[in-house]
Amino acid sequence: MFLQPASLNAAIDLLAQNRGRLLAGGTDFFPALGQMAVRDPLIDISRLSELRTISVGAGTIRLGAACTWSEIVTAPLPSGFDALKEAAREIGSVQIQNRGTIGGNLCNASPAADSVPPLLTLDAGIELASPRGLRQMPLAAFIRGNRQTELAQDEIVTAVLVPRANGDLISHFSKLGARRYLVISIAMIAVAMKQAADGAIEQACIAIGSCSAVAQRLPELEAALIGSRSVSDIAARVTAAHVAKLSPIDDVRASAGYRRDAAIILIRRAVQDCFEKRAPSVGR
Amino acid sequence: MFDTDAAIPFTLNGRAVAVAAPAEWRLSRVLRDELGLPGTKIGCDAGDCGACTVLIDGETSCACLMALGQVAGRSVTTIEGLPVASPIARQLQQSFLRHGAAQCGICTPGMLVAATALLAHDASPSEASVQDALGGVLCRCTGYRKIIAAVMDVGRPVMAEARPLAGKAVGARIDRLDGQRKVDGTDVFGADAHPHDALLLRAIRTPYHHARFTIGDLASYQRENPGILRVFTATDVPGENCFGVIGPFADQPVFAVSETRFRGEAIAAVVGEAKTIEALDLAKFPVTWEELPAHLTLDAALADKASLVHAARAGNILVRGRVERGDVAAALAQSDAVVEGVFETGFVEHAYIEPEAGIARRVGDRIEVQACTQAPYMDRDDVAKILGIPQDSVRIIPTAVGGGFGAKLDLSVQPFIAVAAWHLKQPVRMVYSRNESMATTTKRHPGRMQVRVGANKDGKLTAMDFAGDFNTGAYASWGPTVANRVPVHASGPYFVPAYRALTRAVHTHAVPAGAFRGFGVPQAAIAQEQLYDVMAERLGIDKLEFRLRNALRPDQPTVTGQVLGAGTGIRACFEALVPHWQRALKDAAAANGTASVWWRGVGIAGMWYGCGNTSLPNPSTIRLGLKLDGRLALHQGAVDIGQGSNTVITQLCADALGAPVDSFDLVAADTDLTPDCGKTSASRQTFVTGKAAQLAGEALRRQILRLANAGLDATLDFARGKVTVLDRGVAHDIDLAALTRDGRGYVLAAEETFDPPTSPLDGDGQGNPYAVYGFGAHLVELAVDVELGLVKLLKITAAHDVGRAVNPTLIEGQIEGGIAQGIGLALLEEFQPGRGENLHDYLIPTIGDVPPVESILIEDASPVGPFGAKGIGEQALIPTAPAILNAIAQATGVRLRRIPATPDRILAALKEARA
Repeated sequence: MFLQPASLNAAIDLLAQNRGRLLAGGTDFFPALGQMAVRDPLIDISRLSELRTISVGAGTIRLGAACTWSEIVTAPLPSGFDALKEAAREIGSVQIQNRGTIGGNLCNASPAADSVPPLLTLDAGIELASPRGLRQMPLAAFIRGNRQTELAQDEIVTAVLVPRANGDLISHFSKLGARRYLVISIAMIAVAMKQAADGAIEQACIAIGSCSAVAQRLPELEAALIGSRSVSDIAARVTAAHVAKLSPIDDVRASAGYRRDAAIILIRRAVQDCFEKRAPSVGR
Repeated sequence: MFDTDAAIPFTLNGRAVAVAAPAEWRLSRVLRDELGLPGTKIGCDAGDCGACTVLIDGETSCACLMALGQVAGRSVTTIEGLPVASPIARQLQQSFLRHGAAQCGICTPGMLVAATALLAHDASPSEASVQDALGGVLCRCTGYRKIIAAVMDVGRPVMAEARPLAGKAVGARIDRLDGQRKVDGTDVFGADAHPHDALLLRAIRTPYHHARFTIGDLASYQRENPGILRVFTATDVPGENCFGVIGPFADQPVFAVSETRFRGEAIAAVVGEAKTIEALDLAKFPVTWEELPAHLTLDAALADKASLVHAARAGNILVRGRVERGDVAAALAQSDAVVEGVFETGFVEHAYIEPEAGIARRVGDRIEVQACTQAPYMDRDDVAKILGIPQDSVRIIPTAVGGGFGAKLDLSVQPFIAVAAWHLKQPVRMVYSRNESMATTTKRHPGRMQVRVGANKDGKLTAMDFAGDFNTGAYASWGPTVANRVPVHASGPYFVPAYRALTRAVHTHAVPAGAFRGFGVPQAAIAQEQLYDVMAERLGIDKLEFRLRNALRPDQPTVTGQVLGAGTGIRACFEALVPHWQRALKDAAAANGTASVWWRGVGIAGMWYGCGNTSLPNPSTIRLGLKLDGRLALHQGAVDIGQGSNTVITQLCADALGAPVDSFDLVAADTDLTPDCGKTSASRQTFVTGKAAQLAGEALRRQILRLANAGLDATLDFARGKVTVLDRGVAHDIDLAALTRDGRGYVLAAEETFDPPTSPLDGDGQGNPYAVYGFGAHLVELAVDVELGLVKLLKITAAHDVGRAVNPTLIEGQIEGGIAQGIGLALLEEFQPGRGENLHDYLIPTIGDVPPVESILIEDASPVGPFGAKGIGEQALIPTAPAILNAIAQATGVRLRRIPATPDRILAALKEARA
């Protein structure tokens, strides 16, 4: 059964009635299907206009959950979203970016989900809709583990919400993969920061993905970077202790030990690159 | 809102359609099977390969990742509608053809669709933009460089080289003769050949590396699943339940009997209407498994008292190989310097974009199998054996082959569909999923090679002692060939006075390892060329100079005692690289003078490779017929798997006869229509079949000249109904209607066979294993990020002695494609059974991973080859990986003895070196 509701409310009703599966971009759904036939009723939410808008409000920037990566890349968003856009451009291929959605990426909850680190640095929240109404929660709370989320059976992720103020951060994303395109990351870093007039870091938000079951912020490191005003000083402040709490795994892409070593280098470089976006004149 | 019964309306290639198919079906399947548009290819069903790229409202999408219902009301453009939708697409198709950007053609529709979308936004894209736009489409043949060039050149007028005149085809960059259908997307591949009424077969496969099993109650299973027309197991195989590419070693069952020896081995098959079979959950097949201990590694299989994979093969040794010349121990003892090392490689997957597929139909008491294959006559013989019918009761019709590289030499779908069609008397088709293709078809042999090399202070090699074990997996496949080829080649193209090479092909419970572009020689070259670098360093001699000092001369014996004489072009290859080497070293030194985490390095490696079977007959026979209309029928049974044999063999035949290539009609491989041209492997088709084509052309030419009583240098003109022979200014017309037509309708015909002159190897492996060797050397420039272990390739310069470059564009295509696979071998690829049987865990190079390639073609003619030509297919891949590894070592001081050199391995080696 394939159902294409005309509105979000209709979709919520259909989901409640059919206990079907939601389909948006399909870029995770179909690969997971393999050669199996589709058995569950499918509810296509990829065209719901409620889920496809991007709006910059006074307090909140709202990204509809069914917005594709290509739409996010071309959307007029402030600098805090540069990292998300950079991540979007690294997702799979143009074909995948044209179909894959931000909400789908979050619900799939892969440890290597490219959008999660940038959104974590922006303190993003998500909005969920069900017959019980709307609820919101921080993204960090929504993703519970590897492929595990707080999504209830009858719920639909409707939007990603970012505090307006965080939109003005300077942000940067860096992905380490074994080849140029179509690559699942070995590790990835998102950085969002605010600098004082003299270049000194006033606020740093750093998240790392693919190095633990769920991408995570590095609050000790963020605190340690406050006040740094040069790339060489940044390098000195990023230490092995800051990645000690990660729990990377050995897999076909890389060893756990490598991920740990690479994480420090990637963080150092990503923070430096982010720093230099804002303050090219500040000396090394 | 749609339900499953409503027809889905959308615009397809500019026309409104309404499709009454389940709305949840993948768009790719609907396009191909319901709408009859097979130009959209399915390579992975996971968005990993991009072969199914289509335009949705002008933007690219993978059709395998969309439900039919999701295109309702939208505009879908496939390769079939692309030229109508976009004038630029037509130009692109011609640009692809002109640049040789399509080889096998399986990725070409996806590439063209993606490039059309790019050019709609950006009429003159940069190289980086082309890479970004095409990064989602994988190609395993071309190495991408000609695709990039074709897209970037699209705006320029097509500088089509006029089809060469008679006698001028050899050496001309003519467009691939079968290329138009590749760029149109109309070539018929294995999965495209099926008629609508064909039944679908799916195999039941074991999830264990090693297991015993009992099949349960099939009668009740079929009662519960009435859509299954029939279940097939080992008891349904009418002939021998056994096949294998090398007769005496054949050991692989069609369906396993009570024991499975590798993960993915088939135990049964279900057949029925496609929709029914697709809806089955194959995990519910009634079978009881008992998992057994499995050997997956060489160490496990070679351990004392290890259980046997095959009871009759003691010590799990399938076969041993040996070449010995001189007293190695004494020579090493007397050498000024000795270096040694152990080098290891992993399983490598061919990862062609076309998974195996085909259809079989019973025609009376004959069976016809139409499938992708590299070896139609070998398929014929094994299918006959499996069905227990005479060989001439089997007809093999190769489809277009979407990449082969060695794995499509072995049977895949053929035994299953042949057995099923034989019993059911209805057409039966089978299409491997990507997972099935990766889990069950052959791989490159993992090798563990222990090597010692000796040399004197003058830089001359004295001795080499090589011992190599190769994991051949659960069944023999081409294991014996690897074990025998490696000892002949492990010296590399150098004069090594004292030599011993011992090999073993070792059975494990892994997927069978078979043929993959080079039959073990690429693995041996990784060990040998790295150790030669180590030796040059030890002696303080420039690495290229060291190779020049030792490069095999025409008058020096090889390690099998063969003196090759004319056409020993290795020295010329190294000499051609000297200026590039000097420039590259200078560039690297300059770059390394600046502070950067990217350390530059330059590496070089040489290669030789014997064309054709090792000391075994491997004849090709070509038939050439002149038709009443003055056109020529070339019965060319060599399967063109993208490498270009359809074109090259025609060029050779055309010049031998003295006719333009345009006057030829190709009768493509079909065991009912074409004589045996052997298998497309061992870099033998240009050489062996090309030579047979040359001989056939010359024979027909002699017949024509005799009819006109003309001299040998007369020119021929082929026209409707007559051939005009122009001899010293006098024209003789031969009236074709006056000649007797033979049973095939030919007024004149010639059939010639060529079998390369070789001699058997004696007990020490001495003899003449090949009539022709190809030579080459690659120079790699790269940078290594020493903090992250990443490698950035900057440029590869490849010099190859091809004897005679019959079609330089196609040869460059082979070189660039071989290099891309060499890059994967060196840096990315290792197949681990049970882990990552897909194209997102198993990574092959994308369009962003292959640097610019400069090809230098050396023509040191072979006295035996057609017009002097030698093979290039495997030669192109062999030196790439060792040259990369040598460059990494030069950049970092760290030598990788276990490949692939992934970032984690490089960084670990760097840390170890610093410690």
